[in-house]
Amino acid sequence: MRNALSYHERWSEAWRSPEPKPGYDVVIIGGGGHGLATAYHLARDHGIGNVAVLEKGWLGGGNTGRNTVTVRSNYLRDPSIRFFERSRRLYEDLSATLNFNVMFSRRGQIDLIQTWAKWRDVRRRSLSMALVDAEYTIITPGEIVRRVPLVELDPKARLPILGGAWHPGAGIARHDAVAWGYARAADAAGVDIIQNCEVTGIRRAGGRVTGVETTRGTIMAPRISVAVAGHASVVAAMAGLRLPIETVPLQAFVSAPLKPVLDVVLNCPALHVYLAQTDKGELIIGGGADGYTSYAQRGSIHVIEQSVAALIDLMPRLGRVAMLRQWAGMIDLAWDTSPIISTTPVGGLFVDVGWGSGGFKAIPASGEAFAQLIATGEPPELIRPFGLDRFLRGRPVLETAGASNRE
Amino acid sequence: MFLIPCPFCGQRNEEEFVSGGEARRRPDDPASLDDAAWADHLFNRDNTKGVVREWWWHARGCRLWFMVERDTLNQAISPAEKPP
Ligand SMILES: Cc1cc2nc3c(=O)[nH]c(=O)nc-3n(C[C@H](O)[C@H](O)[C@H](O)COP(=O)(O)OP(=O)(O)OC[C@H]3O[C@@H](n4cnc5c(N)ncnc54)[C@H](O)[C@@H]3O)c2cc1C
Ligand SMILES: [Zn+2]
Repeated sequence: MRNALSYHERWSEAWRSPEPKPGYDVVIIGGGGHGLATAYHLARDHGIGNVAVLEKGWLGGGNTGRNTVTVRSNYLRDPSIRFFERSRRLYEDLSATLNFNVMFSRRGQIDLIQTWAKWRDVRRRSLSMALVDAEYTIITPGEIVRRVPLVELDPKARLPILGGAWHPGAGIARHDAVAWGYARAADAAGVDIIQNCEVTGIRRAGGRVTGVETTRGTIMAPRISVAVAGHASVVAAMAGLRLPIETVPLQAFVSAPLKPVLDVVLNCPALHVYLAQTDKGELIIGGGADGYTSYAQRGSIHVIEQSVAALIDLMPRLGRVAMLRQWAGMIDLAWDTSPIISTTPVGGLFVDVGWGSGGFKAIPASGEAFAQLIATGEPPELIRPFGLDRFLRGRPVLETAGASNRE
Repeated sequence: MFLIPCPFCGQRNEEEFVSGGEARRRPDDPASLDDAAWADHLFNRDNTKGVVREWWWHARGCRLWFMVERDTLNQAISPAEKPP
């Protein structure tokens, strides 16, 4: 309060900005939600506080700060449902856990059903999800319009709305706050968070990692953990490792702030568009990924155009809403579109990559599980199916092929 | 949005094409590969930040395949090569 009355100039820093030490027990590359949550859990759950998080830019400046913040667990495969439901539940208490308001708002998600194939898919998911007590039930078109009056049912549409799938556990959270909350908690537990520190090489000896070269000097560590969405292949290549990953642009855009018009996450898998309204009133809107590999941090306008066309089809009254900003993040998509949380053939090198368009919701559970893997060398049951060896063993976790991974 | 030089149709809008991914060489002697080498060939990618040699398909045009070199940092594309 006192700081608010002094032009907000006297707040103390929420975390330190230490100089890098010559060595650590664990170095984490990437200061997004995943790297920070992993550091927090290493310190809190495993007593490993001699940890550095190295970030080439600023905290949460990667995909964690560019995403459309949907938290949900309506996945296709059992291991995915189990994992994402665990993460979704951790979000419910995250503000209390971190003592930092991450503004998680459990508002539910409606997936529109516009084909009979989707209807069968929803029935299948709803049964799989029931096994972990996660609700996913079919609702009628009338119920959709009751909850989202913006939606107009057009019986003559090419893909008329047959029904919806209601996922009451889904919600949204504030992206930056998640990164900041974990950063502050990790810092308080002794973790060094080092920004403006790009890793440029990984040192190895005898098949094991020994440290990293960075723009701020060499930092030694017997265990190195990679959590760099959008740069997994680039960093893995520093250790001579090839990954089953391709990097593609994914775009999103927001409208000018509106009075409350939408109190659920509305997802239209058939036409590739989804949206939610933030607490500030903006509609935050996303769609499918661009169709080529890129590191350019931008996408093509026709992809946005497609999302907008779908939006106007479903909700003609949004036609005159002004759009404010548009941007892209680079997402790493694994061959089966599931994440890779794993040891690697290089001793001491761990990866937490391939989060594609769905890793924001995964931050709490991934941080927890990845920290356990790094601390003990053994993956907990929850992430065992997501090892790198699944490709060699012919056991991929095939999620739906759509690059936006929302179906 | 960028233009892609189809060797058969000339410069056309990106929307007409489908990416075929980075060019990979089939193993010379597939029977001699062990599981790890097969998995590497099937699933792993260089996913280069920089210039890649890759396939494109002119799906909404002449429907033929060809290769270009493209810089994944700025989408600058070299003249196309017709398939061998
Ligand atoms: C448009 C868009 C919408 C999305 N919508 C959703 C959604 O609704 N729900 C959802 O769950 N997920 C969504 N995602 C996905 C989600 O944003 C990511 O999966 C998640 O943020 C990944 O977190 P991270 O910590 O792994 O990566 P990031 O937050 O990207 O952090 C990685 C960090 O590594 C740093 N780095 C890279 N290379 C180096 C290096 N050599 N040295 C040091 N540091 C390095 C980067 O600067 C970056 O800050 C979306 C993504 C995008 C782009
Ligand atoms: Zn052509």
